[in-house]
Amino acid sequence: MPDITREEVAHLADLARIDLSDAELDHLAPQLAVILDSIASISEVAAEDVPPTSHPLPLTNVFREDVHRPGLTAEQALSGAPAVEEQRFAVPRILGEEG
Amino acid sequence: MSDPTRRTAAELADALASGETSSVELTRAHLDRIAAVDGDVHAFLQVDAEGALAAARASDERRAAGTPASVLDGVPIAVKDVLATEGLPTTCGSRILEGWVPPYDATVVARLRQAGLPILGKTNMDEFAMGSSTEHSAYGPTHNPWDLSRIPGGSGGGSAAAVAAFEAPLAIGTDTGGSIRQPGAVTGTVGVKPTYGGVSRYGLVSLANSLDQAGPVTRTVLDAALLHEVVGGHDPLDSTSIDQPLPALVEAARQGASGDLSGVRLGVVKELTGEGYQAGVQQRFDEAVQLLVGAGAEVVEVSCPTFVHALATYYLILPAEASSNLARFDAMRYGLRVYPDGVDAPSAEEVMRATRDVGFGDEVKRRIILGTYALSSGYYDAYYGQAQKVRTLVGRDFATAFEKADVLLSPTAPTTAFKIGEKVDDPLAMYLNDLATIPANLAGVPGISVPSGLADEDGLPTGLQVLAPATADDRVYRIGAAAERLLLEKWGGPLLDRAPDLAGASA
Repeated sequence: MPDITREEVAHLADLARIDLSDAELDHLAPQLAVILDSIASISEVAAEDVPPTSHPLPLTNVFREDVHRPGLTAEQALSGAPAVEEQRFAVPRILGEEG
Repeated sequence: MSDPTRRTAAELADALASGETSSVELTRAHLDRIAAVDGDVHAFLQVDAEGALAAARASDERRAAGTPASVLDGVPIAVKDVLATEGLPTTCGSRILEGWVPPYDATVVARLRQAGLPILGKTNMDEFAMGSSTEHSAYGPTHNPWDLSRIPGGSGGGSAAAVAAFEAPLAIGTDTGGSIRQPGAVTGTVGVKPTYGGVSRYGLVSLANSLDQAGPVTRTVLDAALLHEVVGGHDPLDSTSIDQPLPALVEAARQGASGDLSGVRLGVVKELTGEGYQAGVQQRFDEAVQLLVGAGAEVVEVSCPTFVHALATYYLILPAEASSNLARFDAMRYGLRVYPDGVDAPSAEEVMRATRDVGFGDEVKRRIILGTYALSSGYYDAYYGQAQKVRTLVGRDFATAFEKADVLLSPTAPTTAFKIGEKVDDPLAMYLNDLATIPANLAGVPGISVPSGLADEDGLPTGLQVLAPATADDRVYRIGAAAERLLLEKWGGPLLDRAPDLAGASA
């Protein structure tokens, strides 16, 4: 039976880039344990030789003609940005202080 | 003309074609109805009166010039807030996209505009379509027009409630695990999930790419077919779009409405009836099947043993896909940006964490964490890999069943609408609402929900689900229309005539 601890939930939230408060961790961790418990049965259903399905209708090599076509203008692409500078997305620093 | 909000889209199209009414008149009538009842129902997150009336005027000019853009030119529509609408906010029911105005149209939306349908506004939904009750919307729940203290289903509760409350004759929904069909069932309306790839996903904000499918939300089967033909078909902007023509859906709906089902083989799915289904839901289902038999159809019981694992499979595949899809909400290019408290010169990563904590609700966080877990090394094979294998088995069960039957039948949802608040913090209880609808998403097959009556114990609507093989969407329209006609004859009029008159209640 799978088990998921509060520490594991905190680690997963970290991987998913979500700050969770202590109260949220207290609330979510037990719920996730219950959900995981209910889906654990799946691990014994399919035999080794069953191929996986990633997509309901198998399509491969869907190409379009290699021709120029209009896209968004810079103004359109930037229209929803939280911050803009010189026709670019302005973002918080991406390197450490020493960088 | 008599109250245009009570008429079907097909009737409105005829009234427009004959010059009996104008699109401006119809659009105004629906905007008035929204103003009168949406304070109680809360089907809409955004109403675009100005845009809708401008589109209506343009439609009237085309009709006057004798050049309508489509059969439905001038018939207004509501669009679920998960589809990008240029110039009109698109929030997906989430704080993280509050006020975001897309710079482009989804293909479905572009086709609606090309066909001349005025867009009344954007409808409420569970945040990023995660939920079965619309209670997970960051902007408050939608209320079921049959009983305002109850849920309208989800995630597309806004679209279903909008047509059930006569605020729109047509709406667009999206169905990842039942989000068109289950709201249809609990609001006494019609919802169709097309074959995966049958309607473009371009501009549809992805929840789970391999499961998501947009489709019609209406009050009649014929209206759904008319709308499906407008929005469906191949789109080069979606690489998963099926590159072949749609079947003749309107024709299939008309054929079904003749009420003759001689030679049609109906399969009742053993695993999707009985235990776990509310007595009144099961009873209305059994009666609907008997009506279809009376119209000449044969019934066989089919077994799809893997369906009992479909829910677990879905709750591994969906969170896995959702957790990677929702990584795009990173506070950098669009949407909310929140700076963490008490941090000087925070890094992009710290801003991302703070934004995603504030911007996402509980259910979204639960599923992102679950998906991150399912995709983690060490668990991948045991969970996600296994789920993909079970998905193959679900597809095989369908293939075997469709050797014995032309369509498969089940109740759409296991219960009628429950009370708002009843299951909102009990994820497992909430997930069970999609028990009967999920297998179709896993296999990519089309399905419809049509009203099957009111449950004796609570007087609330129940739904009949019809599933067909992939690309045979015409069959769900034929059988759906036959069931609709036979049930209407039995009831002596549309089920929605028995719903409360909301305008009177709020006045």
